[in-house]
Amino acid sequence: MTTSTPATEEHHDVRLFGLVTFLVADGMTFAGFFAAYLTFRAVNPLPEGSTYELELLLPTINTVLLLVSSFTFHRAGQACRADQLGLARRWLLITGALGVAFLAGQMVEYFSLPFGLTDNLFASTFYALTGFHGLHVTLGAICIAIVALQTRPGGAISAHSHFGLEAAELYWHFVDGIWVVLYGILYLL
Amino acid sequence: MRYFSFSLDHKVIGLQYLVCGFFFYFVGGLLAGAIRTELATPLSDFMPRDTYNEVLTLHGTVMIFLWIVPVVNGAFGNYLIPFYVGARDMAFPRLNAVAFWMIPPAGLLLISSYFLAGAAAQSGWTAYPPLSLTTPAAGQVVWILSVLLLGGSSIFGAVNFIATVLKLRRPGLGMMQLPMYCWAMLGTSLLVVLSTPVLAGVLIMLSFDIIAHTGFFNPALGGNVVVYQHLFWFYSHPAVYIMVLPAFGLVSEILPVHARKPLFGYTTMVYSIMGIVVLGLIVWAHHMFTSGTPPWMRLFFTIATSFIAVPTGIKFFNWLATLWGGKIALNSAMLFSCGFILNFVFGGITGITLAQVPFDIHVHDTYYVVGHFHYIVYGGTVFVIFASLYHWYPKFTGRMLNEDLGRLHFLLTFIGFNLCFLPQHWLGLNGMPRRVAEYDPTFETLNQVSSVGALIMAISTLPLLVNVVVTAINGKVAGDNPWNALTPEWLTSSPPPVENWVGEAPLVTEPYGYGSVHASSSPSVSPAATRR
Repeated sequence: MTTSTPATEEHHDVRLFGLVTFLVADGMTFAGFFAAYLTFRAVNPLPEGSTYELELLLPTINTVLLLVSSFTFHRAGQACRADQLGLARRWLLITGALGVAFLAGQMVEYFSLPFGLTDNLFASTFYALTGFHGLHVTLGAICIAIVALQTRPGGAISAHSHFGLEAAELYWHFVDGIWVVLYGILYLL
Repeated sequence: MRYFSFSLDHKVIGLQYLVCGFFFYFVGGLLAGAIRTELATPLSDFMPRDTYNEVLTLHGTVMIFLWIVPVVNGAFGNYLIPFYVGARDMAFPRLNAVAFWMIPPAGLLLISSYFLAGAAAQSGWTAYPPLSLTTPAAGQVVWILSVLLLGGSSIFGAVNFIATVLKLRRPGLGMMQLPMYCWAMLGTSLLVVLSTPVLAGVLIMLSFDIIAHTGFFNPALGGNVVVYQHLFWFYSHPAVYIMVLPAFGLVSEILPVHARKPLFGYTTMVYSIMGIVVLGLIVWAHHMFTSGTPPWMRLFFTIATSFIAVPTGIKFFNWLATLWGGKIALNSAMLFSCGFILNFVFGGITGITLAQVPFDIHVHDTYYVVGHFHYIVYGGTVFVIFASLYHWYPKFTGRMLNEDLGRLHFLLTFIGFNLCFLPQHWLGLNGMPRRVAEYDPTFETLNQVSSVGALIMAISTLPLLVNVVVTAINGKVAGDNPWNALTPEWLTSSPPPVENWVGEAPLVTEPYGYGSVHASSSPSVSPAATRR
């Protein structure tokens, strides 16, 4: 522990750069899933009676929820940098609530779908993709909860030291961006 | 005893990788010995066929994921990169330690699957479905879990290397002044970040097929096995470069020191590495020429694969030009490096033959491929690992390895290796399939030659072990810089202090300035930085 402390003090903070590198890797996992899905769709016909059609209303509302949550997180970051931690915390809680609402919407959709995980290739891919993304949203919501706690007076986050908030924000934008692609190719295509 | 603890020092972590890697090398070597013993006779009389499948699967997985990748990236990368960029540690020391400590549990998990789950994975290191769906499930799932852990470790390591090389360079040190190993590790880490997650994704899908009975890759349920192959090889072809690019980097450090000449063609070396990275990502389907690949795809992947010979060839001529007219010291490090050049040229040429569709269809899934592959990863990378061990052991421990034992080690390894793998090309051309415990009796003689070679390789590890143990206790004291090398790791004590340098980190802008006008016999360090 002591061996690294002086070294990390010497150089500038590269943690966000590291996070970006990791998100590239994470994005490649999704890229693999997307490539598999698109190939299945192009090559493997579904069995009789199955369809690619999905109910669009709920996922569209969910998309809007996530996009708005990206905006609210951005506001939280702005407020934090302006040293208004109370305001930042409020925006964070709104963002977290939107994230949880998204997950709840996802659950409702899961229970109302006419197919299960193993019904056909499309069903399996659908659950794998949305489930993997939902896992990311869940992790993001937990991060938001932690960051929101840290913005309380005396917490780890202040106007001068807010790496945790920036990292969570970057991650959240990434998860939203992935959802937009996912929504495009899974629901609209 | 900090070598057994959760240390954050990059040098400790590097040596932890190295020792852990060598442990798994011996495990994988025992498995290889079992394979060659079985293949000494045409019948499966040494072990049952299922056991043979488990052994070959574990051999491949252990050697790739627990020996070569961790050692050639993790061990030497963690030890050397901070020195080379003039830093006191990696960018993320804690992540670095986490990445290492994911490896021993993953390795034990993999090996224990042989005992605990009743049967280890039997579908080879490629785990192709539907084979991996029909072999015993428990072992296959443990295998997936283990590979996922090792892939995660690899990604964490790569994030660290990229951040360290790009962001932690000492002020005044430009990218084009870095020792070549930094460029090699940068290229390798880019490949890891871009391709390893795809393997993770496809293995998660495969585990769904096994556990939840989805049908992604199960033709009986409407799935598509070729999609698995595409995604698997999108990682596993770059994986060859993940294993071999760092070796290119290491050999570029070793040759100039022992030939007393600057590294020839630095700039072309850098562009070649980056060229290999780009090309390495777009050639994966040359592993799938017999998987019903459409003609246009075959054409594209043949041409792209053949193109890799260009940057690789540039690197080889640069190494030869580095040696040309040099004051070559034929010590163990140099011998293993020259052995690498010889073996890898041969493996590279057979690689070009395999890229050609008509020839590939003839030898696909035969021992020709096995021979080619081992010329790349053993004749290439493992030879460089040994060269690096002889080169950097004095820095690691402060003691020199014994040269006589080192030369004996080289001689046995070189003879054993070629005896073991050269005959496999003939076997493959004549149609002996890989991954079988039984074969046609006409192949017996060549197989026995190969098995004798394997025995010599096994014996060749003895001088190495004796050497390491004896010299660690009683070796010649190395001093700070026994090779009169110019790269920064030699400008500090052996072994180095915890934060690498007492005082300021030296600025080394000419890591290969041997025999040039600027550098005399003393290292070319800027005056301000020589304070120690």
